[in-house]
Amino acid sequence: MIESGSVGIVTPFTESFAEPLALVCGRVLSGYELVVETYGELNAAGTNAILICHALSGNHHAAGFHSTEDQKPGWWDLLIGPGKPIDTDRFFVVSLNNLGGCDGSTGPRSINPETGMPWGPDFPAVQVADWVESQRRLGERLGINRWAAVIGGSLGGMQALQWAVKHPEEVANCVMLACAPKLTAQNIAFNEIARHAILTDPEWHEGHYALEQKVPTRGLALARMVGHLTYMSADGMSDKFGRELREGSFTPNNEEEVVFQVESYLRYQGSQFSTRFDANTYVLMTRALDYFDIAADYNGDLTQAMSAIQARCLVVSYSSDWRFAPARSREISDALLKAGKKVTYAEIATEGGHDAFLLDDAHYLNLMDAWMRQVEV
Amino acid sequence: MRYDLTHIVSWVAHNSRVLDLGCGDGMFLSALEKERGVRGLGIELDPENLIAAARLNIDVIQQDIDQGLDNFPDKSFDTVVMAQALQVLHRPHRVLNDMVRIGREAIVTFPNFGHWRCRVYLGVMGRMPVSRVLPYSWYDTPNIHFCTLKDFEALCDELNIEIIARDFIAAESQGILARWLPNLFGVTAVYRIRSRTT
Repeated sequence: MIESGSVGIVTPFTESFAEPLALVCGRVLSGYELVVETYGELNAAGTNAILICHALSGNHHAAGFHSTEDQKPGWWDLLIGPGKPIDTDRFFVVSLNNLGGCDGSTGPRSINPETGMPWGPDFPAVQVADWVESQRRLGERLGINRWAAVIGGSLGGMQALQWAVKHPEEVANCVMLACAPKLTAQNIAFNEIARHAILTDPEWHEGHYALEQKVPTRGLALARMVGHLTYMSADGMSDKFGRELREGSFTPNNEEEVVFQVESYLRYQGSQFSTRFDANTYVLMTRALDYFDIAADYNGDLTQAMSAIQARCLVVSYSSDWRFAPARSREISDALLKAGKKVTYAEIATEGGHDAFLLDDAHYLNLMDAWMRQVEV
Repeated sequence: MRYDLTHIVSWVAHNSRVLDLGCGDGMFLSALEKERGVRGLGIELDPENLIAAARLNIDVIQQDIDQGLDNFPDKSFDTVVMAQALQVLHRPHRVLNDMVRIGREAIVTFPNFGHWRCRVYLGVMGRMPVSRVLPYSWYDTPNIHFCTLKDFEALCDELNIEIIARDFIAAESQGILARWLPNLFGVTAVYRIRSRTT
């Protein structure tokens, strides 16, 4: 039912912003750059734009390929493209690397203009609200005053929620996938384990590893292994790996080392991630997750927080997601109901865990498709 | 539109808020939106139905009615509708209470187990009834809580629920009979109810 259309070869571009951005933490970013990809065409009235908000380790490359040699498309190619749920024949899709990221937008790897050195750990602790403000300026730059939809999963869903709450007149539709109104203690604890792995790596150098020309790869890899584990479900892992062996065997009188498939997989994920991702960005992104609490400005009253929303909302959870459990999505959906807002809530039956919002599932994709077809442009 | 649903339409006020428990593919809410200008919301468990409703731009909350409806505030809807679902619920009395709590009014339809055909099956043949309306065998049926009109009205009384109006759908030839002896000739019951306590 979902057509396998691709947006084809895409080229990211950089937008520079000279106007200072006052951050939630109290510091001011004097200027910044955002790396952006767009798919589809903005209509003359500027009413068909969709903003894609990425999660912890995502970036601007959400769909298509950068070159014909690319092995893999962007991280959400499953959903974005001609004829797909986020249909580039209808919509103008904007995807960016968030501030503090490590894929080209201004972040810890960038040069601090005041020192002429990389920011490293001194890069301001940007939060979800700061991202939304920077995305808003990007929208203005591209000629978009109101998004047809703001869409995100996990940390991306938090940005979509922040958008709908803080700029209600600028968001017509809001899609929050595998999201939560704030993290639980358990969730913050997992992030702390990940950060601890990075901060105790001998190559961390108080975050100034770039100056030492080192990379805390072991810490990053361990952080990713822990994180990745929590994004999968027990059943999903059993199905995918079981007790399959990658190396060795359990035959008697055999001292060959045994490596389970799941060990090998986690090691691979960890090592891949540690060569691609920036440790300071990882710390920054997990803190942004921890600090997010949409009801904080409303005395902790989630329904009150939702009261300003004008957007038609879609809230989707995934049955085996224990990191952002369905109950957390229901908190969002229930608050929207209590506030009298338009909301559809679905719990997708899946073994995909938290990562399910990135994975192929007929019910999930067909629901997204059906719901997105009703987004007016 | 199914017969019991056309009956419901006339009882739903124009431009009101309607909650449909077990809304299926959303066709009924969609018709209500068009004909009565209502603002509808459905509750449904089946994912295919959820997708079908989304295609009609009908908002749906995926939720099991049997697990309670505590997430819906008191009097947050003008009318709560439940068509042909009472008999599949584990705790129909709790759902009825929820309906009159959440809605200023509620409309419920269900198959009448007191219909003469059912009585013939049980009383003469000594078998559980199987018919076009109730096509399942007793051991493999979603219908676990049958009641007659009298049973339903007794339950309403017990739950302090007021019956505002009632209607019965009968076989074409038996419409007049159903008006005189609804519990014998009504195939489907349609009740309009509300809480007596508010």
